[in-house]
Amino acid sequence: MRILDNTVAWIDERFPLTKMLEEHVTKYYAPKNFNFWYYFGALSLLVLVIQLVTGIFLTMNYKPDGDLAFASVEYIMRDVNYGWLIRYMHSTGASMFFVVVYLHMFRALMYGSYKKPRELLWIFGMLIYVCLMAEAFMGYLLPWGQMSYWGAQVIISLFGAIPFGIGDALTLWLRGDYIVSDATLNRFFALHVIAVPLVLIMLVVAHILALHEVGSNNPDGIDIKKNKNAQGIPRDGIPFHPYYTVKDFMGAIVFLIVFFTIVFFMPEMGGYFLEHANFIPADPLKTPEHIAPVWYFTPFYAILRAVPSKLGGVIAMGSAILVLFFLPWIDRNGIRSIRYRSLAYKVLLFSFVIAFIILGYYGMQAPTPVGTFISRLCSLIYFGFFVGLFFVSRSEKTKPLPERVTS
Amino acid sequence: MNMRSMANWFAKNTCGLVCVLLLGLSTSVMAAGGGAALESPRFDPGNTKSLQRGAALYMNYCIGCHTASYHRYSRLASDLDLDPLDVSDNLIFTTDKAGAPTKVGSLMTNTMDEDYAKKAFGVAPPNLALTARSRGVDWIYTYLKSFYLDPERGGVGVNNVVYPGAAMPHVLWELQGWQKLVEADDGHGGTVKKLELVEPGMQTPVEYDKSITDLVNFMAYLADPIKLQRHRIGMWVLLFLFVLLGIAYMLKKEYWKDVVQ
Repeated sequence: MRILDNTVAWIDERFPLTKMLEEHVTKYYAPKNFNFWYYFGALSLLVLVIQLVTGIFLTMNYKPDGDLAFASVEYIMRDVNYGWLIRYMHSTGASMFFVVVYLHMFRALMYGSYKKPRELLWIFGMLIYVCLMAEAFMGYLLPWGQMSYWGAQVIISLFGAIPFGIGDALTLWLRGDYIVSDATLNRFFALHVIAVPLVLIMLVVAHILALHEVGSNNPDGIDIKKNKNAQGIPRDGIPFHPYYTVKDFMGAIVFLIVFFTIVFFMPEMGGYFLEHANFIPADPLKTPEHIAPVWYFTPFYAILRAVPSKLGGVIAMGSAILVLFFLPWIDRNGIRSIRYRSLAYKVLLFSFVIAFIILGYYGMQAPTPVGTFISRLCSLIYFGFFVGLFFVSRSEKTKPLPERVTS
Repeated sequence: MNMRSMANWFAKNTCGLVCVLLLGLSTSVMAAGGGAALESPRFDPGNTKSLQRGAALYMNYCIGCHTASYHRYSRLASDLDLDPLDVSDNLIFTTDKAGAPTKVGSLMTNTMDEDYAKKAFGVAPPNLALTARSRGVDWIYTYLKSFYLDPERGGVGVNNVVYPGAAMPHVLWELQGWQKLVEADDGHGGTVKKLELVEPGMQTPVEYDKSITDLVNFMAYLADPIKLQRHRIGMWVLLFLFVLLGIAYMLKKEYWKDVVQ
């Protein structure tokens, strides 16, 4: 033990090892009343690690070349030892990343985790979300299947809606060609494996630093730092380690049970995680009958299609994401948690979530008159949430906050 | 129940549940095309004899035009309990460009030139290694049953109910015989189009259905060769995780004893 102590002391004189550990783990006091919804932050970190590690191994055998990409994925699936496991973990990880991030974001909405002093924390989170969408979109091109190809073709062509000649120049610049081609595949590969992950990791660090600076919110939405003991430790706070490390460890195993059930028993997830048409190699001359993005993009895709004009659709889709950045200022109520807010707020949030899910469903389907009508309705509810929130939050009849956190 | 059938049961039941829980959606989207009703016979991926018969049919009737070039003969030999030498002697009918017999360690290719294929059929016959995953097994099964004589189709002379205007001739005619599309009474005073065998082949309709079940079963294997092994490993992984969950739960409980709520 003396050797260990001495080593740590030696390091501490040169690098703030103990200081950092204490600040972020052993003496980071988190509220003791975290519930189910508080697992998903740690879980997204777990999925990020899964994606990075499996991604590195995929890169060793994948060939970013229009003529070789599709076959190299099948090579990984058949000839590389446990290549199928690595690939299915990566493809399942992509979808599960969005599952946990959407649940994590919903938690923030429910308990007002974006409110003062956590505005910047929320913005970093939103930037991570946007990065994640870019990462997933570019990663989906790499298997070079029909859906990879035509999905990318459709999404990139959306930028063409921008007027004044900017759109066409922009799409050409993004693709590096007049259609999605080998050049596009190559640059998407570079961005997918280096550029975006790098930004993603830096944003995750910023997100966690910002969190540890202001402290975690909790299901009651009250500030535990207002009630400290003689040692200056929040009475309702417990050290992250060991309490939340053991708890998150348990949560991680539950997550892995779900994750590996998908990986081993249903990697295609009925066509939602791996689309059937993506088992056909990309063919620029043959458009598939029905092009749909992967499920995590479909709510926004439905908003895009709900607007009759192309430019209008692109603007609506962009705004649907952009508006979330401004949530800390749209919600003008000081009370954070849904537990102490008005019925009006609960109705708003509930309809927002339902509309989002319905949009997700219709974004996957081929357009029908009924589907378009419902998508339009749900798009209105989606944006209506923010408008409604802006006014409702101003003069809301809230319930009194408790002194201490409740269990 | 042995491990394998348990794994299959698990795949069929639990996974559906997780699917519904996760996404709240249970319908599976499958681009079929053509619009004809698909038949869904029972395929048994664990039936090695059926896979072997399917492989024999594939090598005899399909691979001349349709490669399966993501897969290797040697892998097929080990997965289907066959001796690689037997595969070399009895299942490999293709050669390399120079005319030497394809080696057992090679990918399942053929020597049909793409330009020639386009001249002959209008389109190059697709690689069929993944078709069971893109079209689905029921589609292929029904497709292989649905060829009928069509004098308006010069060249191939046949059409297909599932895939109208298909460029493929009825390669399995020897086995199935020839069918015609006839109008039949639908029992409600109207008529319905249905296929009728006008010239029997080497096999009875029941035998033919069995043959193409084997063939499609083999194509399902070809599309997802690791499936059975994946299920077996998955059972152990989940078993381990459930045990670990028990330990993790007790650990959490022990630590959290002193947290006063």
